[in-house]
Amino acid sequence: MNQKYEAVIGLEVHVQLLTKTKTFCGCRNKFGSPPNTNVCPVCMGHPGILPVLNKKVVEFAVLLGLATNCEINKRSIFARKNYFYPDLPKGWQTSQFELPICEHGFIDIVKSDGLEKRLGITRIHMEEDAGKLIHDQGTDSLIDLNRCGTPLLEIVSEPDMRSAEEAYLYLVKLKQIVTYLGICDGNMEEGSLRCDANVSIRLKGEKKLGTKTEVKNMNSFRNVEKAIEAEIDRQIDIIEDGGKIIQQTLLWDADSGDVKPMRSKEESHDYRYFPEPDLMPVLVNDDWRKSISESLPELPEHRKKRFIDKYKLPEYDAELLTAEKPVADFYEAVLNTTDDFKSASNWIMGDVLKIINERKIKIEDFPVSPENIGRLINLINEGLISSKIAKEVFPVLLDENKDPRTIVEEKSLLQISDDSFIEEVVGNILGNNMDQVKQYLDGKEKVIGFLVGQVMRETKGKANPAAVNKILKEKLEAFR
Amino acid sequence: MLQYKTHSQKLNLIKNGKLSLTENVEYFRDSINKNADLNAFNFVFEEVVEESRKIEEKIHDGKYGKLAGMVIAVKDVLALKDKPLTCSSNILKKFKSIYTATAVQKLLDEDALIIGKTNCDEFAMGSSNENSARGVVKNPVNTEFVPGGSSGGSAAAVAAGLCDASLGTDTGGSIRQPASFCGIYGFKPTYGRVSRFGLTAFASSFDTIGPFARSVDDISLLLQVISGKDKYDSTSSDKEVPDFLSEYQNATKLKIGLPQEFFSDGLDPEIRDILYDYISKLKTDGFEIIDIHLPHHEYSIAAYYILTTAEASTNLARYDGVRYTTRSGKKDDLINMYTNTRSEGFGDEVKRRIMLGTYVLSAGYYDAYYAKAQKVRRLIQKDFFDAFEKVDVIITPTSPFTAFKLGEKTSDPLQMYLSDIYTTSANLAGIPGINVPVGSAGNGLPIGMQILANQFEELKLLRLSSYIESNYLKNEVV
Ligand SMILES: [Zn+2]
Repeated sequence: MNQKYEAVIGLEVHVQLLTKTKTFCGCRNKFGSPPNTNVCPVCMGHPGILPVLNKKVVEFAVLLGLATNCEINKRSIFARKNYFYPDLPKGWQTSQFELPICEHGFIDIVKSDGLEKRLGITRIHMEEDAGKLIHDQGTDSLIDLNRCGTPLLEIVSEPDMRSAEEAYLYLVKLKQIVTYLGICDGNMEEGSLRCDANVSIRLKGEKKLGTKTEVKNMNSFRNVEKAIEAEIDRQIDIIEDGGKIIQQTLLWDADSGDVKPMRSKEESHDYRYFPEPDLMPVLVNDDWRKSISESLPELPEHRKKRFIDKYKLPEYDAELLTAEKPVADFYEAVLNTTDDFKSASNWIMGDVLKIINERKIKIEDFPVSPENIGRLINLINEGLISSKIAKEVFPVLLDENKDPRTIVEEKSLLQISDDSFIEEVVGNILGNNMDQVKQYLDGKEKVIGFLVGQVMRETKGKANPAAVNKILKEKLEAFR
Repeated sequence: MLQYKTHSQKLNLIKNGKLSLTENVEYFRDSINKNADLNAFNFVFEEVVEESRKIEEKIHDGKYGKLAGMVIAVKDVLALKDKPLTCSSNILKKFKSIYTATAVQKLLDEDALIIGKTNCDEFAMGSSNENSARGVVKNPVNTEFVPGGSSGGSAAAVAAGLCDASLGTDTGGSIRQPASFCGIYGFKPTYGRVSRFGLTAFASSFDTIGPFARSVDDISLLLQVISGKDKYDSTSSDKEVPDFLSEYQNATKLKIGLPQEFFSDGLDPEIRDILYDYISKLKTDGFEIIDIHLPHHEYSIAAYYILTTAEASTNLARYDGVRYTTRSGKKDDLINMYTNTRSEGFGDEVKRRIMLGTYVLSAGYYDAYYAKAQKVRRLIQKDFFDAFEKVDVIITPTSPFTAFKLGEKTSDPLQMYLSDIYTTSANLAGIPGINVPVGSAGNGLPIGMQILANQFEELKLLRLSSYIESNYLKNEVV
């Protein structure tokens, strides 16, 4: 980025809520059902229907508001956002405009340079999703209204971000919060979390905002970062060439890696917002707010701090383990069977996450139970197997999730701590490697590493390394 | 001719074997056919004759609902499962509802017989029933005249004796004004008293459902049945529903307010004189009559048309040709499909109101029109609340004139809108109102008295109406 300029970025994020039913009717809120099976006269917009608000949607909105330091409005109202589109049966989207449910919040991020930054949230409001158009089934377009009327929260940030990295970190943090709250699964690829970015640039030091553009169609967290970078570069090029930025909507093209203007016909809406007369104002009194706040789960920042304090983990470990709630949950589940906090952390950050990334699975679907990871750690700590043997047991566990002790016994991998047996092996090894013995006696003590290796090879790694070291040293000294 | 005046009389006749319900239903069906030129019905349900046998059995078995055997017509903006719901519009020409409106379901639950769906102004927009894609409805008192609107078919059907009672909807006078033009009782409940679920929305914050009948007794009975909180309508009220039927006859000496603004210029002197006649009778009978003012009355029509058209413009957006509405036959792209469908499907008045409503909600005009009209609405509401501090009920004319001739006002929408000058303010304020048929003008056309009360004080309206009915109107009702 050209150092003369700074970017001004704000994000509008939509999250799909994991309620059992839709926003204004009793239909199931479920992904993947056959088309037009989760529908009723209400969500199909038939004549005479009326909406009845799902209380759970309000509770989820308040949860998110509390988790992002928002003020919760005691009274908020729904509004009609009017436009015509075939996936919108009523001809309007029920949303909030004036008086949203949450306002004036913030999220703190830590940037790669270690600096903290607070990013403002303007508002969070409740709204319903539209249906889906299907264009690839013959000549006609088809409409699936299963998604129609499912609940969304829109989170509008302040234009506080100054780089694509900040926008990325804000979004990751927001995802972390909604998944911790259990109100959204945060999956951008599947569209359960969607993000549009408002981007403008100005000369550093300039107070006035530049003309902004809106960037859409970014379907992964990294793509948001890339698209914003591309848009900042595009705007700088225009300004540097003496041109002017046009206020417009742009679509990110992940294949070409650049942004392209949307057809102008598709924008410039006058949504004619006005208060929805079919719904009463949403009133969140102190009692309700209190009972919602009591159901607030532990949030990532708190959990990270607790991991550092309680489990004495380094900050790096705590950050990584708490980044995603299921990983943190898995870690704490491992601690149900072992007290070795750091080893448990090492196993998860290493072997477990490696497999998860390789196999592209969720930790919830990891084939080894947390109990068995804990048992494996305990086998090492009890001196029954070495770490090296543990690494051999792990792949077996992946195939058959059973008690690692059983695997160790079945495969005769238990560690050998029998001194007389080790003495015999050591004696043979020294007899076959007299050159090395000589070097040792000449003061080149490093050679002992080689000899340990030979013993371990002979015992297929099962000899207790501490015992091997001790006996080797005794026998070598005996040569003097 | 019918042998009874009220439903309770009818039930007794059936119980005593003096009236066959099936013959009664057949009589209504034949009357509808004979009076086909009134065009009161969009659809008549033949199966109701068959159903009447079952209900008659229930009555004889002694296990029956409050409305057992009452033959009721419902306005064709109310949903009834598997029956057409056209709203008298071409755009819904082929539409059948897949569910039943709460108010209609409540009738059925009490063993009423739904004989058909009545004609009305398209999407309930109009004051003469001349804006119907299914043709004009004629006034049974004199078929050269309009029956009023928008529930013209429901009013004409009751006035002509084609059914026992009917349901209409009232957004700005659409029950009271046609009741007045046709000479029957028509009741608009408090906003929120009766569930709107299944009422095809015209203006959501104004729309109400109410009964037409030939007696206060039947009005009370129907109101009793259809009132109450509905979990499918968030705007319905959980206020307790009084026992209208057993309490309406307990006449008390109510304080009656006369708003000067409703008796001034523009009111037909014949109507004024008749109303003053009744007022002096009431005064003689010990009712306290108090002059009151509703100072913001002159803005009611303007506020009403801004707010109702704004709501209508979005409520009618769903009729877009994509799903269940009749789509234009012209092959074209999406935008033109919308345009063609709506141009062909909607009538002129509906289009006029959609355009007006779209305009008042548009960026740059919202504050000047919609927001300002909302303020006026609150002022009008406050006028009424202040007035009801001093009086129990308010008496006004229902309409400034008696029924006008077919075609007389169709070329002048503004003149047409003024027919509602005395009725819209009740919808702006959300208060209940009734039309009491108090007599006829020299030309034989009915004259109506409107009585208004504060929100949820329907009982006061029924009590005063009943007092007038039983003391002054014995020989005057149709
Ligand atoms: Zn539904």
